[in-house]
Parts: sequence; C-alpha cells; structure tokens
Amino acid sequence: MIKKVNIWLDGKHLEVPETMTIIEAADKYNVNIPRLCYHPDLPPTANCGVCVVEVAGNPTPKRACCTPVAEGMKIVTNSKLLRSYRKTLVEMILSHHDVVCPTCSANNKCELQTLANNMGVDPDTLPNIMHKAPIDATSPSIVRDVNKCIACGRCVTVCNDVQTVYALTFSDRGIESQITSAFGSGMANSACVNCGQCTVYCPTGALRENSDIDAVWDAVLDPLKHVIVQEAPAIRVSLAEEFGMELGTITVKKMYAALRKIGFDAVMDTNFTADLTILEEGTECVNKLKSGSKRPLITSCSPGWIKFMETYYPDLADCVSTAKSPMSMFGVLSKTYYAQEQNIDPANIVSVAIMPCIAKKFEARRPEMRDSGFQDTDYVLTTRELLRMIKEAGIDLKYVKEEDADETMSFYTGAGTIFGTTGGVMEAAIRSAYTLVTGEELEEIDITAVRGLEGVKEATIPVPGFGDLHVAVAHGLSNARLVMDRIREGLNTTGESPWHFVEIMACPGGCVGGGGQPYGNNMAMRARRGEGLYHEDRNLPIRKSHHNPEIKRIYERFLGEPNSPLAHRLLHTHYFKRSVNNGQVIEEATHKHH
Amino acid sequence: MKYYRSHILVGINEAAKQAGVDVFVNKLQDQISTAGLADEINVLETGPLAFFGRGICLTILPENVNYENVAIEDIVELVEEHLLKGRPVHRLMLDSAAQFKPKFNYDRRIVLKNSGIIDPESIDEYLGAGGYEAWEKALLNMQPADIVNEVKASGLRGRGGAGFPAGLKWSFTAPLNAEQKYVVVNADEGEPGTFKDRLIMEGDPHQLLEGIMICARAIGASMAYIYIRGEYKLCIARLEKAIKQCHAYGILGRNIFDSGFDLDIGIKIGAGAYVCGEETALIESLEGNRGNPRWKPPFPGVKGLWQYPTVVNNVETLANVPFIIKNGAAEYRQFGTDECTGTKVYTILGDVAYPGLCEVDMGATLRTVINEYGGGMKKGFKFKAALVGGAAGVILSDRMLDVKMDFVSLNQYAAVLGSGAILVMNEHQSIVDMLWSILRFFRHESCGKCSPCRIGTQHLYDLISKIRKGEGSMDDVEMLHTIALTMKQTSFCALGQSPIMAIASALDNFRDEFIAITKK
Repeated sequence: MIKKVNIWLDGKHLEVPETMTIIEAADKYNVNIPRLCYHPDLPPTANCGVCVVEVAGNPTPKRACCTPVAEGMKIVTNSKLLRSYRKTLVEMILSHHDVVCPTCSANNKCELQTLANNMGVDPDTLPNIMHKAPIDATSPSIVRDVNKCIACGRCVTVCNDVQTVYALTFSDRGIESQITSAFGSGMANSACVNCGQCTVYCPTGALRENSDIDAVWDAVLDPLKHVIVQEAPAIRVSLAEEFGMELGTITVKKMYAALRKIGFDAVMDTNFTADLTILEEGTECVNKLKSGSKRPLITSCSPGWIKFMETYYPDLADCVSTAKSPMSMFGVLSKTYYAQEQNIDPANIVSVAIMPCIAKKFEARRPEMRDSGFQDTDYVLTTRELLRMIKEAGIDLKYVKEEDADETMSFYTGAGTIFGTTGGVMEAAIRSAYTLVTGEELEEIDITAVRGLEGVKEATIPVPGFGDLHVAVAHGLSNARLVMDRIREGLNTTGESPWHFVEIMACPGGCVGGGGQPYGNNMAMRARRGEGLYHEDRNLPIRKSHHNPEIKRIYERFLGEPNSPLAHRLLHTHYFKRSVNNGQVIEEATHKHH
Repeated sequence: MKYYRSHILVGINEAAKQAGVDVFVNKLQDQISTAGLADEINVLETGPLAFFGRGICLTILPENVNYENVAIEDIVELVEEHLLKGRPVHRLMLDSAAQFKPKFNYDRRIVLKNSGIIDPESIDEYLGAGGYEAWEKALLNMQPADIVNEVKASGLRGRGGAGFPAGLKWSFTAPLNAEQKYVVVNADEGEPGTFKDRLIMEGDPHQLLEGIMICARAIGASMAYIYIRGEYKLCIARLEKAIKQCHAYGILGRNIFDSGFDLDIGIKIGAGAYVCGEETALIESLEGNRGNPRWKPPFPGVKGLWQYPTVVNNVETLANVPFIIKNGAAEYRQFGTDECTGTKVYTILGDVAYPGLCEVDMGATLRTVINEYGGGMKKGFKFKAALVGGAAGVILSDRMLDVKMDFVSLNQYAAVLGSGAILVMNEHQSIVDMLWSILRFFRHESCGKCSPCRIGTQHLYDLISKIRKGEGSMDDVEMLHTIALTMKQTSFCALGQSPIMAIASALDNFRDEFIAITKK
C-alpha cells in the first residue's frame, strides 16, 4: 500500500501517492506543466528545465519531472516569473537549433515547435549560435541530424535503459556536448540494432528514418516496373490517428485503396506471410519439441531483435527460429511464386514493404535476403513515410472508399493480424502448433496470458500427448535480456531452458510500438493500437493460420509442405556473430541448411 | 636524539619542485657539510611553509627568517653569511617589498598547524605532534553517535562552498541501515584561484586521513575514497605514502586497534572537470561514468556512491575534525564566530604583496585578511575589487572591505565565502575583463547536461566578448543579466546557477564600467 500525501497544486488540495513526481501528479489531474525533455514512458533526464515550478520554501524553482511530491507541498505551476524563465529557456534552445520547420520530417509533430508556438517566443531575441555539423546517414535505417538535436537525452535513455543496446551516448562538454555513436563513427558502425525507438521518442526531427520515398515514387511512376506492395499488420491500426479518426481504428481497406491511388500495381498483405510464418516456424517448433531438445525455439520476426541477438547473444543463435520474417518471406515469394503465378519477369518486379519498423530497412539489405536471385524486398517504407506519400498524393484517408487487396498473397487470418502486437506471434503459433502436435483443434483460442504490456509474460499450455508447454513473451530489448539471460543460465547449469517457445519483439509493445510509427506515440497509444488488432482478430472469419485457404494453396501449388527443401531454401535463413564495438559481422553463428 | 642549533625548513610543493628543489636540497646539504656544520644544522623537507613565496622558500629557525626564490647560486652565500656568521641575507628575505609584514599566526591555526613544521611524509612526526590521538579516542572511547554530536556541537560547516553544517550531514547517514556506506572526500579542487586543499594535503596528509577515519567511524563506513585532481601529483604521492604508513602501523585496515572496526581508504584520480567538484557529479565520475550531476533528492547521504549512503566532505572540513574530537567542541568554538565557528583557510592572490595561503578565524574582515595576511596591496597599487569565492563567487568593491568573512555575514550581501579564494585587483584592472574571464571559464566547464547551462554559458560568453570589444550595448548587458538569471532559476546544478553571482555583483558594484564601454 503506497502512502498518500497532501499537496496543494495551484491552490487545489490533492491527495496523491508519495511515489509520484510533481509532473505525474499534475498530469493525473489535468494541470498542464509545459515540458520538453520529459516523456511519460521514460525516466526523466531533467535536461531542458522547461518544467520548472515554484515549490513553497525553496529559493529556486524545482523541476517538476524529477521532484517527488512531499507532504504539505505547495506548488505553483504558472507565474509571471516562471513564464519569463520558460520563455527565455525556449528562446535559448531555439537559438541552438537548426530552425527549418517547413521541410523538417517532424514538422507539426515537433514538440519544440509546438512549445515555442504555444508560448509565443520571439525567435530574434537571441542570435542563432548553431554551427552546422554533418548529418550521419551511414545507416540504412537511422539518420541522425545533430543540428536539430536539443540534447534532451531521450534517445540515450531509450537506447541504454529501455533497449539496453548502448549505441548512443553523450560526448564532449558544454555547448560542444552532443549525442553520438561509439567512437563517433556513425550509426552503421555501432552496436545500433536499428530498432528506431530513438526516432519515436525524439521530440524534434533530429532522428528519423533513412527515407526511401523518392526511390519508391520513381518506381511507382515508372511504367516498365511492376511495383507491388505489402503492409505489415501494425500499419492498418496506425494510419487512422493521422486523419482525425479514432486511435486504433482498423483502416485496412482504406489503406489498400490509398496504395492503389498512389499507383502501386498490386496491393497485397504481409499478414498473408505472417500466416505462412506460423506454418514454417510452428512446424520447426513442433519438430524441436518432438526431438526432445532441451534448447528453446525463439521467434525471428523482429529484425531489431535479430541484430541484438547477433551482437549480444550469438552463443544462442541456434535457438532462434531459422524462419525469415513475414516481410522477407513475402519479398522472396513476390519474385518467385507471385512472378510465376502472374507470369511476370521478376527482374521487372519492384517489391515494396510498408513497415512500422525501421530495422526492416536493414533486414531488406542483408546479403542473405537474396534467395530469389534479386534483392527480395527492394524498398521498405515506414508508417511515417507512407503517411507522407498519402499526403503528397492528396489523399484523405478518412474519405477514401474502401477497396479489397489483390487476390494473390493477401488473404489472412486473425492469427496473422495479431503479429503486430506483443504476444501475437506466440498466440498465433499456439493456435496452430496445438493442432500440429495433437491433430486436434484448440478450443479456447484467446490466450490472454500472453497479451498486454507486461515486460515478460509467461504461460503454460497443457498439450495432450506432449505435456505442459512453457512459453514466454518479451518485448523491449531490456526484457529480451532478462529472458535470454535466464535461458543462457538454464542451459549452462541444468542444461535446460525454462521455456520451450519464446517470442521476442525488439520494440516495447511489439510492432505497433515500432520505430517507424508516427511521431509522438507513447505506451498508452501502443496499447490501443494493439487492442485494435485483437478487435480485428475477433471479427475475422478464420482465426487460425493453418486454416488459411491461400496458405494451403501456396503449399499445394508451390512450396510442397512446411519445412520442405524449397521452403527451406526460400523461407529460412541463418545468423551471424557481430561486434559489439561496430556491429559488423565477425563470423557465421549458424549455417544455412538446404 | 641529536640536538641541532638551527633548523632549515625547506618548503616542498609543486612550485618548489618545478624550481628544482630536489637538486637544491642536495647542494645545500653538501655545502653545510663542507662548512663543517653537518652536526649543527638540520635540513628538513616539509610541506608548504607558513608563507607563500616564489620558487624555493626556506624558513630558518629559531630566528624565523624567511627566504624566497632562493637559487642554487645563492647557497654558498647563505651558508657563509647566515649559518656561519649569523647575518641574514637581506636581498633574499621575504619581507623586502611589502607594505605590511604578513602574520604567521601559529597560535590560531587548526588545519595548518603542522604545515611547514613537520615532515609530511613521516607518520612518526605526525604522531609526535599528537596525531591519531583523536582517532584512537573516537574509535575506542566514543560511540558513533557521540562523534556526530560532538561535530554537531562544534558548529563545523562544510568548507566546500555552501557551508552546510557537517554534523547535520553526518547525522542523516549515520542512523541508516545499509550493507555498505562510504565516505568520499572531495579533493577535486577546481575553483579558479583556489589551492587550499592542495596545500593542506601536501603539508599534512595524515591530518586529512585522521579526519576521514573519524567520519567513517561516525557514520559506519568501511571504505573511503579520496577523489582528487589528477594535477595534484605531490598530494597523491604523499597521500598514498601516508595510507601505506597507516596500514603498516595498524591505523588502517582490518580490526583497527582490536576494535573490530575495518576501514580502508582509496584514491581516485579525477580528470579535471570543474563540474566533478559538485558532489553528485563527483560520485558519477567515481563510479566510472561521465561526470554529470544527479538530481537531488535522493541526496548522497541516502543514496550516493553505487546507491549506498555516502557522506561527501571537502578536504578542509575533514581536516578540522581531529581537532574537534581531540579537544572537544567547546574548545573549537573558541575560534570564529557563534554561527560560523572555527577557522577558514584562504588563498589570497592577485595584486597583494604576499599571495598565498593563510588560516584565519571565521568572521575576520576582508580588510584584515588582505592587509594582515596578504601583506596589503603590492607597493604602488590601490585596491579596486576582490573576487571572493572563485568563478562561482562575487566581485566586491572597496565598500565591502569591512564585511565579515563568514558564511552568514556574506549571505547578507548576496555574496558567498565559497572556496575561500580571494583574488585582489588593483585600480588598473578591468572588471569587464575579469567577467569575461569568468564567463569563458563557465562556458568551458559546463558539462552540457542541461539546456540552460549548456546554451546559456555560450550566450554569456558571446555577449561579454562583444561588450569587451566595445561593440555591445546596454541592452546586451541587460541580456547578460536576463540569461544568467534564467540559468540560476532553471539550471540543473550549482554550475549553471553560479554565473549570476559574478554578473550581478559586477553590475551592482561597477556599473559605470559597463556604461563606459558600451556604445552610446
């Protein structure tokens, strides 16, 4: 039981838990304290100073973000003096910022822009003292523009504390202090796993994806190219919020329509290959279980997680499913199966993926992902990039007439759609693996134990003929560490993993919280997007991957059976050991079996 | 024990080292032997002497003649004239150019009482001077709570700058149950113009160790760290030697004096960032992290080094403790004023006759400190201003010469005692230049963590540079004040909150200079 204390917030008496900070108390009671570096999902960095409030008995104002409430505390959140300090502060921050709002990727989403505008600061009070520094665009995923960085430290916090990747840090002092990657040698040569959480939490446009918009437009506008597009599960719940619709609304058919309007030649769906992944990964899992292996099977859909594993846990690479991600399965099939079905030369196919993820840009460029004979997935666009294209095309999603996707590689089940949220892959896999092991259908298919935003979720599912199936789900890489450390410890001590099957997603909340998602999101918004996916799952006619008729069809017409030699050649991959210092490949961690 | 008719104290500090004191001492001893005086004259290498002179400095006892800037070429004359014939060499004597003869107040010293008297590298000399008696008393005859109460009763305030009561600080940590507690000594003396801690450590390292030991006993810490500036090579060497000696004598280590109490002291060398003098940044640096300050609360007393309760005290604070424990709080209160007890060690520099170190009762006026201990102004110069407390201090004019120098009295003038650095300026010095120098320093030393300080220090430096060049306006001067005020109110730590003091005091006391230099 947490003790409550009495505070007076702008004269209003409140009883709040003593563990709260002033800003948390104010947010709870809808008292607005201006802030810049504070984010409710992250521990406060307390860098900007904008959230200062007057606390009776103190000679100087206190930062609301990191000052805990205390019994009898009298807080004033706005006064003539506070306003003048905050205004001067924001003027100072703007004076050391590349103020290019109209062309900035964060325009209208920038927290500094909003704050400055709301406060009516005068941009001419102080001269701009920013010295332009080169932009770091070494990474295929992340671009860092230090000129827009306000050194709030959110990216460092999320990279180090939430994701435990340790790719970003502060260097230098005073006005020269900046956020940088290891040895200042660029994001591509760092431990960065491309999860992109830093881009989501950045209050300005200092961190963004390495954009492929122009290349995709060029392809779409090239009459000789057959440009096809797939969209990840999370996309369909992340567009509505940008067009004045309720957060978490499913806009799948509007999304298809918009993509066609943009000019894609064929609109398909990643959810289809999510179902395919369940068959491939599920079969792999069942075979592993039947072999009596003590080593667990860990999911492989999340490219941020995969690079993280290659960097920090290469000794456990053999535990990770060899199945490619749904995006890469789609990519390779688009230039083999689809090309064959449609009788199109794969050399003319441009395969585009819309992902909530920026690590997918890195994944698409991996040299292993060329099993079709071409780069399987040509371009990856983030949700943010798609939104820009939709807006550039002048489409208002709210008023677009719904359309269906093309027939091939687009039909999906409820199992495929919940891939987009933490626990979804596990739930989908259990729905099918149960049948693969027992030959019977699982009746209670809402596996609520693996749903929700708890960091590590565990469940035990009794499977007749096998026994208890122990599973774990982790999202966010610090939680992945907890799980991986326990697996490593188990294997090193008793020789046994605590779980048979483990789902890991790099981003907190899973793909709905991905690094390519719209700016300005938080854990609460991620949860609502996840609910949107569960809502769609409940309302779909088929909710188990192995019942997807199109999946049956692709096995009959092309792949043979799950884990067949052809499936292995096209749909499975292998892993590497990477340097913690620069992220480069040191050696193979597993071999590819054909 | 041998009886000598005369002792030559040779001051060993960084300045003397640079002047070649090692060779000098060998040559001096050779010359004394050649003169046949080896049995009569004792050459003693000690810490900083009672005065602060240039180059190699000597004090010859019992006649108490002080020499400065002595060179190897002077040795023959010195031995022939002074030691053989008893005629002091006037041209080398310290008081040749001063308005006043500086006072050497050995009877009113606490922290520096051994400095320049005993060989700082010898534990036996420290023991001979009554050293470690307080430690024995604290360990064997006093309970931890008694020690805390005694320090509380003494009224000792922290000497790092803010003047927080030391006993009170200890009393927050002492009762906490924790598997580990730490004492951390802040020896990262970075305030410009301040070098008192260096001279305390060079002159009497054992006294600091004794203070640390008593503090550790009082709060229940089994480990202490001295976080010291990397440039303080001689201090580090002497402290390391002193710690080794303590281990050899059973004064440190396991089960000290069969009391069951364990204590070790480690030394951590800092890399020179000014902000690491801020206690939480110091702790971060000690842990191996970037030296950025932490938010308080929780205070280090509750969650400090590696999240364990930690008392962080300044060198001078701890050096006062053995006296308090040995002689009692009442005796200690004989020094200083009621509210600010004890003495204060000042470093006086700038345009005074004898720049250097002195230990004076709390509450002495600025005039007293400058005239009686600094020897007054350099001949031919008039007093204009004094920067008191280093860069994070204030610029006082002659109107404030009779202000009492203690934490409470200075507060009334929005001034601070700070580190005890007093930089005296003559009538030809420019306040604008001084402010420029201070603001350049802050710009360089801001850690960059928080926006107000990171960006503000740059704007302050840009503005004062513009004003200094004669290109500024009074609007720029006002902007200087506005930014510094915003920094004071919104900066994360004391560094960003400090520039306002120099700026406001310069504008209050010397506004005319700013009006004169800005464009009309």
